[in-house]
Amino acid sequence: MTQRLLLSVADLRTHFAMPDGTVVRAVDGIGFDLHEGETLCIVGESGSGKSVAARSILQIVDLPGRIVGGRILLHRYESGAATPRQVVDIAQLGRTGPAIRAVRCHDISMIFQEPMSSLSPVHNCGDQIAEAVRLSDPRVGKRAAHTRAVELLGLMQLRSPDLIAKQFPFELSGGMQQRVMIAMALAGNPRILIADEPTTALDVTTQAEILKLIAGLQRQLGLGVIFITHDMGVVANVADTVAVMNKGKIVETNRLRTLFDAPQHPYTRMLLASTLRLESPSPNKTTGAPVATGIAPAEPLLSLRDITKVFGNRQGWLDRVGHQVRAVDGVSFDVGAHENLGIVGESGSGKSTVARCILGLHRLTSGSILYRTELAQTIELSGHRRFAGDPIVRDIRMVFQDPYSSLNPRMSVGQIVAEPLLLNDGLRGGALRERVAELLVLVGLEPRMMERYPHAFSGGQRQRIVIARAIALKPRLVIADEATSALDVSLRAQMLDLLLDLQQQLGLSYILITHDISTIRYFCDRVIVMHNGKVVEQGTTRAVLDAPREPYTQRLIASVPRPDPTMRL
Amino acid sequence: MSDDAAPQVALDPATPRLRGDFGETPMRLMLRKLRRHRLARISGVILMFLYGIAIFADVIAPADPNTLNARFTYAPPQTLYLFDGWTLDPHVKGYIVTVDEVAMKRTFTPDPDTQIAVRLFPATAPYLLWGLIPLRHRLIGPVDQRQPFFLLGADRLGRDMLSRLVHGSRISLSIGLSGVALSLLVGVVIGGISGYVGGRTDMVIQRVIEFIWSLPQIPLWLGLAAAVPRDWTSLQAYFVVTIILALLGWTELARAVRGRVMALKGEDFVAAAWLDGAGSQRIILRHIVPSFASHIIAVATLAIPGMILAETTLSFLGLGLQAPVVSWGVLLRDAQNIRTLASAPWLLAPGVAVIVAVLTLNFLGDGLRDAADPYD
Repeated sequence: MTQRLLLSVADLRTHFAMPDGTVVRAVDGIGFDLHEGETLCIVGESGSGKSVAARSILQIVDLPGRIVGGRILLHRYESGAATPRQVVDIAQLGRTGPAIRAVRCHDISMIFQEPMSSLSPVHNCGDQIAEAVRLSDPRVGKRAAHTRAVELLGLMQLRSPDLIAKQFPFELSGGMQQRVMIAMALAGNPRILIADEPTTALDVTTQAEILKLIAGLQRQLGLGVIFITHDMGVVANVADTVAVMNKGKIVETNRLRTLFDAPQHPYTRMLLASTLRLESPSPNKTTGAPVATGIAPAEPLLSLRDITKVFGNRQGWLDRVGHQVRAVDGVSFDVGAHENLGIVGESGSGKSTVARCILGLHRLTSGSILYRTELAQTIELSGHRRFAGDPIVRDIRMVFQDPYSSLNPRMSVGQIVAEPLLLNDGLRGGALRERVAELLVLVGLEPRMMERYPHAFSGGQRQRIVIARAIALKPRLVIADEATSALDVSLRAQMLDLLLDLQQQLGLSYILITHDISTIRYFCDRVIVMHNGKVVEQGTTRAVLDAPREPYTQRLIASVPRPDPTMRL
Repeated sequence: MSDDAAPQVALDPATPRLRGDFGETPMRLMLRKLRRHRLARISGVILMFLYGIAIFADVIAPADPNTLNARFTYAPPQTLYLFDGWTLDPHVKGYIVTVDEVAMKRTFTPDPDTQIAVRLFPATAPYLLWGLIPLRHRLIGPVDQRQPFFLLGADRLGRDMLSRLVHGSRISLSIGLSGVALSLLVGVVIGGISGYVGGRTDMVIQRVIEFIWSLPQIPLWLGLAAAVPRDWTSLQAYFVVTIILALLGWTELARAVRGRVMALKGEDFVAAAWLDGAGSQRIILRHIVPSFASHIIAVATLAIPGMILAETTLSFLGLGLQAPVVSWGVLLRDAQNIRTLASAPWLLAPGVAVIVAVLTLNFLGDGLRDAADPYD
């Protein structure tokens, strides 16, 4: 039987009329078809309009956005019939009213990126799903709805669905929450499921499980799935058809294999190239090959010995001893000169805490961090108190994850980059301006941008400013905590190349902290895998990534969706 | 690459970036947003008008607020006529006074035959503007200064309500500003320390604030006011009342500042400043305070009406300022008696003034708060 057409979108246009009179054409004339049992991936970078496109289909675009043109034809079938019983144009339905509610209840469901904020914290999961069941079919009794809720949770491959039904969303992990969301979305037996970045907020191992779950449900129920993502790896794993979106338009639609093998549009090619580039070590990497064992550089710049950080042991007046979390638990490693060390782990693995301990932003609970200065003196960083002219301030610098919160919005870019120079080199006036200009050029920005404030820059440009600040004092070690995670894939490789380029010019070492295996592969000489505050495995990048010994590492690496349709999970 | 291109209008509606934002300081952005807030804008104009009246009260008031006129006790408001027939001749009607011998009560009716000519800038008794500049003219008044001119009626001693209201605005409006300024100073310092240092210091400061909140206000005012010696001048009393208000008012602001400081302390850019080698003082003054300045302006604006109301309450209860000082609260004391109110409702005029001032300040504060919110 040929697959029946479920949804046909043509020339859809959703515009935002801004209060200042400008019109943002978020979705500007897109079209696609969705068949039964098919997964359509809409892929694009941030700001491409892919989420707005998905929301338009359900008429849930945030104001002032509205659909200004086009058709969204929903085909409704009797079971087994080949021709549609009814064709509804959703674009004509408006935001409210029984007709669009019926579509949302019975035909199309949606799941979102943040399951926690989509679930109510004051009702248990079973009740929330039961409510969705009763909304879609008011004839179902309360008890029957609850039974159905448990049944749906069972469908989500949850081990004890009746127990989960009694729990509240905040008692569940992110992956479980997302399963509850999916169960809720399926309550009305929809024909179409729209998934808007459903795995972006999840860890990679959980992501793999959710992707498998969605694929299984699709086969079982014959759903049409519209999958919105920015990740080509996810696309290669789930898509049948791919639509590439850029600036509100679909630039290319094709079958998955065709798109990966022979991309037509330059934008698709660029997107694929940026993704694939991160699949192998950077050609720009020139750092000396680490020692064969990959464990210890001969003369380490930094040596961590058995460091431990426990949170929540604060005892206040009248307070009881609270819950304690061992965020970092006996971690030891060395960083050599001119070396790129990667620390990889899932959320909660303690990788960021390690960075903050080295920088002195957290005080160690126990253990020692020895730093070897340029003059071959060793300084103990644990319990170190900064003094005037402290070499640590100059030598160890940080690049933050979020380029939005790490730049003071009340200071101009010039002032931000000048801050460390002013405080440590005592530069003033013309000399200071000159040096700031020099640094901006070094990171690929223009000196005239000095007068502007951070909000006038894009994410990638902001991250360059953060890097300029980090290298201002000619450091010997830069710690980059998820420095590229907030960036689109096309910028990610650029930013890593910039870091490598600076390494060549300034001869520094990096500790790169990330959850992204491809970033490690591209950038790092050695890698440390962390899990639950402990080091699970360490060694050269190639050894760890290509032939992991520990089961956890194996599972982690196997869960990473590769941007290659032939290597599905 | 797209990264290096000039900033363009973001297509992501979650963070709509408006044209013209580039290179503007956040403070200028806030003012621009405020100008789009219609209610706040109107309130701002009204407030400027009110404060203008307070500053130039001497000139605007038609008479001296303390001039007694025994013949016109509780005289009702006069209507201002602009035309006599077809000629421009602003005037008010005189009064016909009848005295009820039994009730000992005067009744006033407008006298259609007496016209009291009214002019802009008539010659009046000499007075000093701000106690410095000698002047001989007021904004409006009768040509013959001996004639009655009561646009808002007269009080128990035959004093012009309008003049008293205008003069009362000086204290009532300024006490809000100076009280807030004082409590802002205390609140920012203490709240800032509380939020930045944290730990035990924070705990102690917060418990002290809660202790102050737990004190019943009116008995506290009573106690503090009773401690003020009777023979103090009105200026001293004014300062004492300001200090009393600020002593209670700073807690609210300190809480707001503490919350902001705590939130900002966790921001990456503060950590970055620390890593840049900045000391505590520099982090607070250069990085944290500017980030919440606009927010604090909004909170402070919203605190002013509370101060005005508190002064009014204190004076109304006879605990704050005393006659002959004129403030809206002092004026409202005359309106305490319900029988007087029934025969002379115009004595409530200061209450209307308080309502207008408090409402407009609240609207302006709301507008400022919305404008200061970067997520709006």
